[in-house]
Amino acid sequence: MIDLPFLTDTFLKLAAALPVTLGLFFSSFVLGGLLALVILAMRMSRNPLLSGFARGYILVFRGSPLMIQLFLIYYGLGQFELIRHSFVWPVLREPFFCAVVSLALCTASYTAEIFRGGLLAIPAGQIEAGMACGMSRWLLLRRIVAPIMLRYALPAYSTEAILLVKSTALASLVTVWDVTGVAQQIIQRTYRTMEVFICAALIYLILNFIIVQIYAWIERRLTPRLRAVEAATAQPVPHAIAGEKHD
Amino acid sequence: MANLGFGENGWGGLILSATLTTLLLSLAAMMVGAAVGSGVAAAKLSSRRPVRWLGDGYSVIFRGIPELLIIYLFYFGGSGLITQIGQLFGADGFIEVPPFLIGALAIGLISASYQAEVFRAGRLALNPGEIEAAQAIGMPKPRILQRIVVPQVVRYALPGLSNVWQMSLKDSALISVTGIVELMRASQVAAGSTRQYFTFYLIGGTCYLVLTVLSNTAFKKAEKRLGRAHRSRTAAHS
Repeated sequence: MIDLPFLTDTFLKLAAALPVTLGLFFSSFVLGGLLALVILAMRMSRNPLLSGFARGYILVFRGSPLMIQLFLIYYGLGQFELIRHSFVWPVLREPFFCAVVSLALCTASYTAEIFRGGLLAIPAGQIEAGMACGMSRWLLLRRIVAPIMLRYALPAYSTEAILLVKSTALASLVTVWDVTGVAQQIIQRTYRTMEVFICAALIYLILNFIIVQIYAWIERRLTPRLRAVEAATAQPVPHAIAGEKHD
Repeated sequence: MANLGFGENGWGGLILSATLTTLLLSLAAMMVGAAVGSGVAAAKLSSRRPVRWLGDGYSVIFRGIPELLIIYLFYFGGSGLITQIGQLFGADGFIEVPPFLIGALAIGLISASYQAEVFRAGRLALNPGEIEAAQAIGMPKPRILQRIVVPQVVRYALPGLSNVWQMSLKDSALISVTGIVELMRASQVAAGSTRQYFTFYLIGGTCYLVLTVLSNTAFKKAEKRLGRAHRSRTAAHS
């Protein structure tokens, strides 16, 4: 009943497309994260023009499907002569880069809101304590605000990373041969939907499992309480040294 | 300029009816999701370990695999499976499942995995004392469910359900790959025929935006209404 050669053959073909999926994920994750910080800064700004723009950006990109955003960029922008003759055209002509751009734009809107949640959760006393010590704005941001914000934002941020992995599948709709694209091609050629689906699903589940593990590791690193326990059980280090890292 | 009229050459009628299809599709998916999702939530809260595993397994699969892949499974696999079942009962030939049904089922089962989390959180937020009190006065189990559990879980779950609804609304765009003419597909058709891609995708996107903003307002209203009793009590305290 189980056709093992077909399964392994399909799995290998799909695994060969994994670099494309990973490339889509990593580039849009990094770009989206950076863009999210810019939008977060605008959203928190006192300038009503900047914060209004950030609000609008978040509303539009969270309120419409990624698929239509992707098609708007891939098919839509080509409608304009101006863009076809500009310097961005070599980038926007490539389906891969179009997919990365739209994935990054979309994930940035979600990530900005997640970061904002983390930022608002920082106890005011911690920032005041930093200021009372005479920390400069930059030092305060680096030592207090950024690590605590990241720590609070991590659980939601890991969910967003998994949603992003799932979103990369949409790139197959603009002829990028990622895992889903190849899977769809094999299904149409062989009509063995279930077997191909299981292979592709397995790849995505493993990928998501790895991402969850990485986030759990970062969360342990950023929580001094948990880090101290871990170090103490691993080797008998004095508590004060295990809990604080002097760098 | 794009012709958005409702006449012979206008695209307005198509887009408007497609918006309605999107809305119906998402509503059907939401209902499938509520039915399956509450079952999954119950499984996750079960005291029996194998049942809990089933619930957790459902979440892992439907929340970890790309929506598009699940839609392909239902689209390519669904009709084949139904045909096979039909053949068992003596029907011959290929039985095609209506695409609307496939779409509602695929999006619904994805929605169920997210709704299950929302319902589970709502159930955990319930004060156990209330159920004990109902048991103490001798309420039978179905009535406890009907009078104590469901009304409160719905209230607790409403903000989360609002998020899931928006997600399902946006996921419904993916159903366009099966050929059913909902908003995404209608935008594609209009864009392709007129070669005005940007214009029509922008119009389609705006329609989605209007749907999400309107439904957000509706959910806010519902939250206010369901929270009325609760709010007046806290207001009295403060």
